[in-house]
Amino acid sequence: MQEAMIKRAKELLADGTVNRVMGWKRGEFSYDITPAVFETAEELDAEFVCDDLTQANVSKYLIKESRKEGKILALLKPCDTYSFNQLVKEHRIIRENVYVIGIPGGPKIDIEKIKAKEISGILSVKNEDYTLKIETIYGTETMPYYEAISGKCENCKSKKHVVFDELIGEDGDVLESNRFEMVEKLENMTAQERYDFWRDQLSKCIRCNACRNVCPACTCENCVFDNPKSGIDNKAAADSFEENMFHIIRAFHVAGRCTDCGECSRVCPQNIPLHLLNRKFIKDINSLYGEYQAGADTTSRAPLNDYSTDDCEPSIVHERGVE
Amino acid sequence: MQVNENFEPVIVAFCCNWCSYAGADLSGTNRLNYPSNVKIIRVPCSCRVNPMFILRAFQKGADGVILCGCHPGDCHYTSGNYFTRRRITLLYSMLDFLGIERNRTRLEWVSAAEGAKFAAVMNQFVEDVKKLGPNRRLEDLRCRKQ
Amino acid sequence: MQRIGVFVCHCGTNIAATVDVKAVAEALGHEAGVVISQDYQYMCSESGQDLVKNAIKEHNLTGVVVCSCSPRMHENTFRKAAASAGLNPYLVEIANIREQCSWIHKDIASATDKAIVLGKAAVAKVHLNAPLTAGESPVVKRALVIGGGIAGIQTALDIAEAGFEVDIVEKEPTIGGKMAQIDKTFPTLDCAACILTPKMVEAAQNEKITIHSFSEVADVKGFVGNFTVTIKKKARFVDETKCTGCGLCTEKCPMKKVPNEFNMGLDNRTAVYIPFAQAVPKVATIDPNYCLMLKNGKCGVCSKVCTAGAIDYKQTDKMIEQKYGAIVVATGFNPIKPDKYDEFAYSYCPDVVTSLELERLMNAAGPNGGTLLRPSDKTHPHTIVFVQCVGSRCDDEKGKPYCSKICCMYTAKHAMLIREKYPDTEVYVFYIDVRTPGKNFDEFYRRAVEQYNVHYIKGMVGKVTPKADGKIDVQASDLLANEQLHINADMVVLATAIEPDKTARPLATMLTTQMDTNDFFTEAHPKLRPVESATAGIFLSGACQGPKDIPETVAQASAAAAKAIGLLCKNSITCNPCVAHSDELMCNGCSACEKVCPYGAITYQDKEFRMPDRSTAIRRVASVNPAVCQGCGACTVACPSGAMDLNGFSNSQIMAEVDAICK
Repeated sequence: MQEAMIKRAKELLADGTVNRVMGWKRGEFSYDITPAVFETAEELDAEFVCDDLTQANVSKYLIKESRKEGKILALLKPCDTYSFNQLVKEHRIIRENVYVIGIPGGPKIDIEKIKAKEISGILSVKNEDYTLKIETIYGTETMPYYEAISGKCENCKSKKHVVFDELIGEDGDVLESNRFEMVEKLENMTAQERYDFWRDQLSKCIRCNACRNVCPACTCENCVFDNPKSGIDNKAAADSFEENMFHIIRAFHVAGRCTDCGECSRVCPQNIPLHLLNRKFIKDINSLYGEYQAGADTTSRAPLNDYSTDDCEPSIVHERGVE
Repeated sequence: MQVNENFEPVIVAFCCNWCSYAGADLSGTNRLNYPSNVKIIRVPCSCRVNPMFILRAFQKGADGVILCGCHPGDCHYTSGNYFTRRRITLLYSMLDFLGIERNRTRLEWVSAAEGAKFAAVMNQFVEDVKKLGPNRRLEDLRCRKQ
Repeated sequence: MQRIGVFVCHCGTNIAATVDVKAVAEALGHEAGVVISQDYQYMCSESGQDLVKNAIKEHNLTGVVVCSCSPRMHENTFRKAAASAGLNPYLVEIANIREQCSWIHKDIASATDKAIVLGKAAVAKVHLNAPLTAGESPVVKRALVIGGGIAGIQTALDIAEAGFEVDIVEKEPTIGGKMAQIDKTFPTLDCAACILTPKMVEAAQNEKITIHSFSEVADVKGFVGNFTVTIKKKARFVDETKCTGCGLCTEKCPMKKVPNEFNMGLDNRTAVYIPFAQAVPKVATIDPNYCLMLKNGKCGVCSKVCTAGAIDYKQTDKMIEQKYGAIVVATGFNPIKPDKYDEFAYSYCPDVVTSLELERLMNAAGPNGGTLLRPSDKTHPHTIVFVQCVGSRCDDEKGKPYCSKICCMYTAKHAMLIREKYPDTEVYVFYIDVRTPGKNFDEFYRRAVEQYNVHYIKGMVGKVTPKADGKIDVQASDLLANEQLHINADMVVLATAIEPDKTARPLATMLTTQMDTNDFFTEAHPKLRPVESATAGIFLSGACQGPKDIPETVAQASAAAAKAIGLLCKNSITCNPCVAHSDELMCNGCSACEKVCPYGAITYQDKEFRMPDRSTAIRRVASVNPAVCQGCGACTVACPSGAMDLNGFSNSQIMAEVDAICK
């Protein structure tokens, strides 16, 4: 598949359709697959990577890239196309300046899950018939593919590309997922248990801002957390749990716009399940205001910028579930 | 849970200028009592209230935050309170999800004519918050009163 | 460096009785930036305002905080005072320590603490106030009068007289209201119809006045000077432009058993009807609840006899939209139904009637052609008992806590008229108090007692019992003689309380005006602004504001007209400068704000920006049209980056208030 991508990218560069390619290359460690822009066929041949470890959603990079001279080729997994569409809808990405090739999605491999098996000194990871062959400086290790599936792929919502100019591989369908399982589990806890859960999780936050920086919905020119005029800009926290404000506001700012791509939890160095906050909003929106999938199209009104005269009252929060 | 009889909660009430603030004025004109814990902030419309303001109040030591606006359909600006209703429903649901006590947050529709309702709502809300005791779960320790 | 002045008002004892104003001034004097903090007995008085003005000049103030009554009351007063002293009026903030503090709290310590906190919040806010300049918005030179009774008619005539277009919206098929049902008027005993109907005709003939009869206000949008009102013209199944009011249809209509509302249901009318002979517009209306054609599709007599071809069974409700600069509410009153008062036997004894029913029974155009007869057996009553304050001045839930004001006088009128016309009839009036303040009112009442020998008895009627012989036993107490009485009466007349019309509350909601707990519209100030509502551009005329007799109603109607004319005379009014604005450097161009703006005030443009790295970039940014924006702030919350903010209620200002309150 990687070869097909390189081949097609080179063709599009050669015929002048695009002058750059948004893809991935290896980072400091070979398993660290990082978004990268390629300008020549030689660069593509030498560095382009798209393998089982390639998880990063590149749509956010296209905000800036689509504003540059000439067209750029973007290779988008199904989940990335939702983020891309959402950014087109919000006038952030200039659609005409991007040539989109839909590529197959996951399930992708999370290197952290391999490391968790106390496998270290990793040199490369290969999938051989759903068994991972891991070359390390200490020798070769194996583990079942499914044990290393990335968290963000565990409850895949869709194999369908909602936007593309052409496809490599086949298009899939929107899937039936049970992605709200954990949200429901939390909803069924008592308030004290929920509080304890989140206090545990959010006290781990080191406020590195990785979640915000990777999030394709967090694309503000100037984030409120960096803006002294907003009144909520960064300050040292006396208690690390105080970072809950940051996470609530961030989740609220992306509510109705978050496509549930899962990047926030993927990049969190403290493994905080941040996507649960976003999923809570998505679940509420779906149940209170009708099914809505951000990024599924570029024309529908965002649920928070819309209303119905017979919407429920906030007291519904008091009436349902466990206190 | 320990209930402190002398606990006097800090209550922030955001009131829209056209209905609820006028309703609050009316309850004053009619000399209808409610506790002095309630401090009102005037906003043009309930839709002016950013969730950040509500969180900020809790962070700074408020024990309860109540938002009052015109009844749905009666917004001075036609649709403001409909947006409020969605935003605040989702915000309160999220606070609930994080384990914050439900009775610390409220949204009520109070018209300019409902002075009696305004007083009744505030009496009830203050009583509910008193039962919960001080807000600790959302407080920012940096802001704690000396 | 800010130089803020704080001015704490005593409001006589309104504030000072519950709030230690000296302590408030002292405490706020220590707030950062406050250079002067004073208290004064009446800050809104001229000398109070001078205090503020002088301080602005003397201390070169950059901001003013007035701790006083609601900003809805005097914000403008103090803004003007500041402006006249050379300070931008939007650098003034009000801390509401009256309506929202001294009037609701009893404990001085906690009320004072609260007043200090409210003052601190206002000081914190004023620190962040920016000078604002108001724009102007045009005034639509047309007024709407809601309700076509004597109040509405008088208001409309006065406004039209001043040269402005006026529309009257009346929910009944004719204008005229309650006064059209009244026989004679106190204290002069002139005929109500004789003085009302010429005014009705005048209104119909005035080319500046448009009457929308059988219509209701369905929706109100906009603001002072520029209201957009949707009026629902209910289907009357008769083409108003064709109907000549000849009345032939009403004669021929086979459905003759419809209770006649105009005569309080004491006789019947036909399904197609004209409420009364002098109706304006004199146009027939078909009652769809009774019309055989509309109910069963069988009949069509009226259509056949109508030579004008005005009958239209297919007519539907019609919505019309019109712009107005001013709106006058004149929705009037109704007597309550006394059927909750079992002791008066009203619901089952036909000879127990309300005063308005008696009015119809005595009216020449009424069911008996002006001869007073008992409804039960059409005989002449020889003993009539009047019961005062039925449902008025009443503590329980059945009645109203207020005095209905007009009953004492109309009962004296009824008693006098009966004694004049039927000297053989004995008239008893049971009263709690007789209240007759008004020009020639007490003289009128005394005539009833002294000249016409009406028996006024201080006391309440305990029980009214219809007897087998058709007579009515009235059991009552005479408080002055301290004895129980039984009167063998032929008729009992109940002076029922009056209440605002049922349409008033939904209307108040549409207009965003205040109402009291009894559903009377609340005036902007009970003494000084009695005909204005607190909502700019909405005026109050007649009994919708409180019980009133006809002279008072007409006086208030003209006053409301004068206020409306004062507004309509202006070509433009000063706009609210508290509008949204977008910080282009932070705007993402995402369109969230545009989606939530109810006024379409936000547009986008592509603009060239110099980026931090010195490159230039084209970015899509929002801009707000300040003339269109009404300042609701919906966009400020929809905006994820915080680029959109609201003048006068900025994010930082509101958060400063939050901080001050929570500290």
